[in-house]
Amino acid sequence: MVGTPEVLPPSTSVGIVGWLKANLLSSPVNVALTVVVGTLTAIAAVAMARWLVSADWSPIHESLKLFLVGQYPSEELWRIGAVVVGATALMGVSWAVWGGVMRTFARIVAAAGLIVALTPIEPAGFDLAVRLWYLGSAASVALGFAVGRAASLGPKWVIRAWALAFFLGMALIWGFDERSLGSSLRMLFGAGATLTVVLAGAGWVGRFPLAVVLRWLAWGWAVVFVVTIVMAWGLGQTDLAPRVNTSRWGGLLLTFVLAIVGIVASFPIGVLLALGRRSRLPVLKGLSVAFIELVRGVPLVTLLFMTVVIVPLFLPQGTSFDLVLRAVFAITLFSSAYMAENIRGGLAAVPLGQIEGAKALGLGGFQTMLFIVLPQALRAVIPAIVGQFISLFKDTSLVVIVGLLDILGIGKSLFLGNVRWFGAQAEVYLFVAAVFWVFTFAMAYASRKVEESLGVGSR
Amino acid sequence: MTSESSENRTESIVCRDVHKWFGTFHVLRGLSVTIYQGEVVVVFGPSGSGKSTFIRTINHLEDHQRGEIVVNGVALTHDVRNIDAVRRDVGMVFQSFNLFPHLTVIQNITLAPRRARKWSRERAEATAVELLERVHIAELADKYPAQISGGQQQRVAIARALAMQPKIMLFDEPTSALDPEMIKEVLDVMRELATSGMTMIVVTHEMGFAKEVADRMMMFDEGTIIESGTPAQIFDNPQNDRTKLFLSQIL
Repeated sequence: MVGTPEVLPPSTSVGIVGWLKANLLSSPVNVALTVVVGTLTAIAAVAMARWLVSADWSPIHESLKLFLVGQYPSEELWRIGAVVVGATALMGVSWAVWGGVMRTFARIVAAAGLIVALTPIEPAGFDLAVRLWYLGSAASVALGFAVGRAASLGPKWVIRAWALAFFLGMALIWGFDERSLGSSLRMLFGAGATLTVVLAGAGWVGRFPLAVVLRWLAWGWAVVFVVTIVMAWGLGQTDLAPRVNTSRWGGLLLTFVLAIVGIVASFPIGVLLALGRRSRLPVLKGLSVAFIELVRGVPLVTLLFMTVVIVPLFLPQGTSFDLVLRAVFAITLFSSAYMAENIRGGLAAVPLGQIEGAKALGLGGFQTMLFIVLPQALRAVIPAIVGQFISLFKDTSLVVIVGLLDILGIGKSLFLGNVRWFGAQAEVYLFVAAVFWVFTFAMAYASRKVEESLGVGSR
Repeated sequence: MTSESSENRTESIVCRDVHKWFGTFHVLRGLSVTIYQGEVVVVFGPSGSGKSTFIRTINHLEDHQRGEIVVNGVALTHDVRNIDAVRRDVGMVFQSFNLFPHLTVIQNITLAPRRARKWSRERAEATAVELLERVHIAELADKYPAQISGGQQQRVAIARALAMQPKIMLFDEPTSALDPEMIKEVLDVMRELATSGMTMIVVTHEMGFAKEVADRMMMFDEGTIIESGTPAQIFDNPQNDRTKLFLSQIL
C-alpha cells in the first residue's frame, strides 16, 4: 500500500511560532507595531516593578481598620463580624441551592477568608480575634452549604432569608437605644399603615380574594409587631447592641451600606417609575416623567448637596435627619431614575402578542404585568441594570464631598492628615482602586453568568 | 347542521349590528350573526376583510364601537369585570402562537388556571398533563417554547387555551405560520376538538379542514358576511360572485 505519507504542517504555521507569525508579525506594519508596543510595555513594566519594590504600604498596613469600618467602635466590631458571617453562611446556602455563579463566589469568599486568617502579615490591630472572625466566615460558607444540602431548601426560602438578613444586618450595624423605643413605635405605625395601604391596593388591583388579602395583612402586621417589640423593647433596654451613630461609620462598611441600600431601594422604585411612565393615566405618567427627567438632568453631586440642605426644610423642627440616610436618599433617587429608563427599554421590547396572549387567557392587567411582561422585560435589560448597579457602587465615593468618609475618603484623609504618609498617595489610591475593581468585576461576572443561565428559551 | 334544529339550541355568541373603525377605516360594517353551542364555524375571505378583527372582538382584544356582542349571556361592555369573565370562558389560539418564552411548556399551561382561576398547583399540573397527552406532546412538558417546533408550539398554545376549560375556542389563522408538514398535526388536534363538541370559530384558508369539520362557513368581504352556509352549499353552490371568485383563487 503506497499512500501519500502524512506530513506535519510547516513549523511556521502552528504552535507558538505560528501564533506569533499570525498575530504579531504578519506584515511589515505589524512588525513595526509589535516592536513599538513591546518596547513601551517593557519600559512601563520596569518602571512599575521599580515602584513596587520601593512602595510604602504602611498607611494601609497601619490603618486597615479605618479602611474597612472607619471609626466604628472597636468593642462593637463583633456586630460587623456577625453580619459578615451571616452573609457568608447564606452564600453557602445559596451555593447549595443555585450552584452556578453562587458556587464560584462562595468558594472564592471561603478561600479568601481562609487565606486572610492564616496570612503571616500582621497589620495593626490584626489580632487573634480578628483572624478567628475570618476563619469563621470561611467555615460558615461550608456550614451554610451543608445546611442547604441537608435541608434541600427551595429558592423561595433562600430569597426570604436574604431579605430578612438585609434588615437584621442593617439593624444590628446601626444598633438600638432607649430613645429608639419612641421612634420604633412611630416606625411601627408608619410601616403598618403603609403595608395596609399597599396590600389592600395590590389586592384590589390584582382582584385577589378578600381572604387572601386578609391573610397577607395578618402576616404583615405580625412581622411588624414582632420586629418592633424585639428591637425597641428587648434590645433597647439592654446594652447588647447600643446605637452606633452613623457619623462613626466609614470605609468599606459605609461604601457597602450606601451601595446595597441604594441598590435594594432603587430597583423597585425604578420598576414603579417605568410602569408609571408607560401608564395611560395622565397624572401618574406626568409625575413619573417629571421625576425621571428632573433627576436625570442633575448631577449626583448636586443631588447630594440638595438633600443635605433641602430635605431638612421639609422635616419638623428639631428632627435631625441622619447624614448617611440623606446620602442614601440622594443615591437612591438618582439611581432609580436611571433604573426606570433602563426598565422602560425592556418593557418596550416585550411584543404586543405576549400581552394579548395573557389577556386572552383571562389574566388581569396586574397579573399580566407581574407574570408575563416584567419577567421578560427585566431579563432583556439585565446588562443595563447591572451596569447601573456598578455605576451606583462607584458613585458612592462622591459622598466624600458632603463630609462622609467612605473607603476613598478614608484614604484621602490618611495622607492629608499625616505628613509621614503624604508621599504614599499612589499606594493608597491603588489600594482603593483595587478594592473597587474586585467588587465591580464580581458584579459584572455575576451579570454575565446570570444572563447565560437565563438564556434558555429566550428566543 | 340543518336550520330547523337551531331553534332548540343554546345561543353561544350573539352579534347584533357590530361596527368597528380603526381610525377612519370602517373595518366591521354592521355584523349580525348568532353562533350556537357546539357549532364549528369557519370564517374565510380575502385579507383585510375583517375576519381576524371579528373574532378578536369576541374576547374584546378589539373593542367595537357600535352594536352589541353577547357571549355566553354576558354583554361585552367596557366593564373590566365582564371582559375578564368572558375571556376566561373563551380560549384563543393565535397565528404567531404567543407562547410565553420565559416559561416552560407546563408553566405556560398552568399559569392562567393558577392565577386567574386560583387552582392549586397540583390540580393545574394534573390538568396540564392530561391536555398535553390530548395534543400528543406529553414528553415536552419541561421544554421551553424556543426548543420545540412550530407545530408543537401551536399545540401547546391550544392546550394552554383549553386549560382554562373554555366554552368557546377562537382560532386566528392557526396554521398560517407553519411549514406544510406541521399543518396536519395542528389540524388533527383541532379536528379532535371539534368532535368533542367544542364551540369553535376558526379563521382559516384550509378548505379541506373546512369541508370536513365545519358546520357552517362564512365568507367575509369588506367588513360584512357576504355569504354563509354549510360547506356543501358554499363549495358546490356558491351564490355570491365574489365567493365564487375567491374560492376559485384559493382552491
